[in-house]
Amino acid sequence: MNLLEVRGLNKRFGGLRAVGNVGFSVPQGAIKALIGPNGAGKTTLFNLVSGVLKPDSGTITFQGAEIQGRLPFQVARVGIARTFQHIRLFPKMSTLENIMIGRHVHSRAGFVSAMLSLPWTHREERAIRARALQIMDFLGIAELANSDAVSLAYGQQRIVELGRALACEPKLLLLDEPAAGLNMRETAEMAKLIERIRATGVTILLVEHDMALVMNISDEIVVLSYGEKIADDQPLAIQRNPEVIRVYLGENDA
Amino acid sequence: MARAKYVQILLLAACVIVVQLAATAADKTQYLTQLTMAGYYSMVIIGLSLLMGYTGQISLGHAGFFAIGGYTSAFLTTYNLLPHKDAPAVTVLAQCGMLLSGKDLYDADILVVQPWAACIAAVLITLAVAYVIGRPVLKLKGHYLAMATLGFGTIVYKMVLGTSLVGAADGLSDIPAFQLFPGLSLSGKSSLRIQNYYIAWGLVIVGVTLLLNLIHSRVGRGLRAIHGAEDAANAMGVDTAAFKLRIFVVSAVYAALGGVFLTHFNGGIGPSEASIMKSVHYVAIVAIGGMANLWGALTMGVALNFLSLRGYFGSHDDSVFGLILVAVMLFAPEGIGSTGAPTMIRAWIKRLGAREEPAP
Repeated sequence: MNLLEVRGLNKRFGGLRAVGNVGFSVPQGAIKALIGPNGAGKTTLFNLVSGVLKPDSGTITFQGAEIQGRLPFQVARVGIARTFQHIRLFPKMSTLENIMIGRHVHSRAGFVSAMLSLPWTHREERAIRARALQIMDFLGIAELANSDAVSLAYGQQRIVELGRALACEPKLLLLDEPAAGLNMRETAEMAKLIERIRATGVTILLVEHDMALVMNISDEIVVLSYGEKIADDQPLAIQRNPEVIRVYLGENDA
Repeated sequence: MARAKYVQILLLAACVIVVQLAATAADKTQYLTQLTMAGYYSMVIIGLSLLMGYTGQISLGHAGFFAIGGYTSAFLTTYNLLPHKDAPAVTVLAQCGMLLSGKDLYDADILVVQPWAACIAAVLITLAVAYVIGRPVLKLKGHYLAMATLGFGTIVYKMVLGTSLVGAADGLSDIPAFQLFPGLSLSGKSSLRIQNYYIAWGLVIVGVTLLLNLIHSRVGRGLRAIHGAEDAANAMGVDTAAFKLRIFVVSAVYAALGGVFLTHFNGGIGPSEASIMKSVHYVAIVAIGGMANLWGALTMGVALNFLSLRGYFGSHDDSVFGLILVAVMLFAPEGIGSTGAPTMIRAWIKRLGAREEPAP
């Protein structure tokens, strides 16, 4: 069964066709990767799925409901969480608080109940905190709970962002270049972490430049070039696909 | 966290009581009048501090909300409905017990709206205006937002200045006392000075408590996230537009409540309360106290309003606030209540101490 189905998606920026008639599906429980040379439209596609951009045409179906054109916070509420290529942690907040934000979609204290400090809001806060700590434990960063999130090492910040997205308890996790800026050891750890997250039942769609990582952990790979899908297959088949080799390595005479 | 919050509130309450006792003991109760007024202005300032500090929105129109509150209450509690007493709307109001008959200055019978009803009307009107203004305007950022709210403030100012129904340039006066509860009357009578000081600071304490509750909650966390990285907050499911609008409305209602209460205390309100300079004062005080620092803003609000109301700045009032704003932006852009200044002072003390120690 497919958790996410993208059909005939189009997005233009002025004269530039960033995404042209792209369609693919993400099966429940899979790790699917989007790859392609710079400017292929990966980030645009990601932003279309997560609601940052509205498609010109096409449909994005999540669990049978069309979600294209919804705003990011509405996309988050249906069960899609994301991380960012350029880390977007909240400054002046502890690591724990950053991850607690992820619980926003699963809690409901509003302006009035919070101002009146109603007893159930305190119970809710305790539950939010406990769940966030549990997630930090799962990621092995429990000892960072009280440290300032944006002053952590880069690799740790990536994991905190992952934790913040996991706190949403998403059905689909969008990872935008999870290994960007990480060294080889950290990348290997990130790969293990992504596998562990999938093992908990979360479906993953990722954009990544690190080919070793992509080939290693993905079940299926979509290759984009100039906004169009040129391949959608399993890693081994992708590696042997002449069209993919051509866009990555250039023509013979290049 | 929660305990620290209540300790802070108790300390504020203790300060309020100590100041009153000291003023009474020193026979300087006249100071309590300005402290009462400063308390009401502090309502504007704490609301604005939340808006500016926790969500990074600026408003140069909060004097407008203060004036909408004050003028609504002033108008409703002074406008004589007797000539219209047979109008259906007036009859309905009378049946709901929302009208009050009294005598005006010349001992003529008048029929006006009950102050509680007027206060609630003022809050509801402010809520509606803030919502209608905020919805489109809060899509803007930075100076565009500042300009748009400045425009709103100007409109309110020009409207009260040009409307003869609310006294045009003279404003409204002879506002009746506001009987909050039997035995507790909001008015400027000098015999009720101490009582009114406690009414004002009671309101501020309740206001601060509610805001602190908000800050230390899921909503407060969401607001800080919006300030830090709006796109990421949105991606985590925070309805950023709705949160920004609600915090704007909350701060507008705080300003309006300050306006309602101060108007009854002063017995009048004039267009100067709606002026742009007032809004600039409020923003300056929040900046000095430190954005995202409710206590800094409150302290500065009381201190500067008190000095200003006592006339220490004379006719240079606006210049003093302007100068302070320039100085703060240059030397302590985070506000003197925030991290910078206390550490700087501590460093100075250390250095002074080090200098005094004779070298071995």
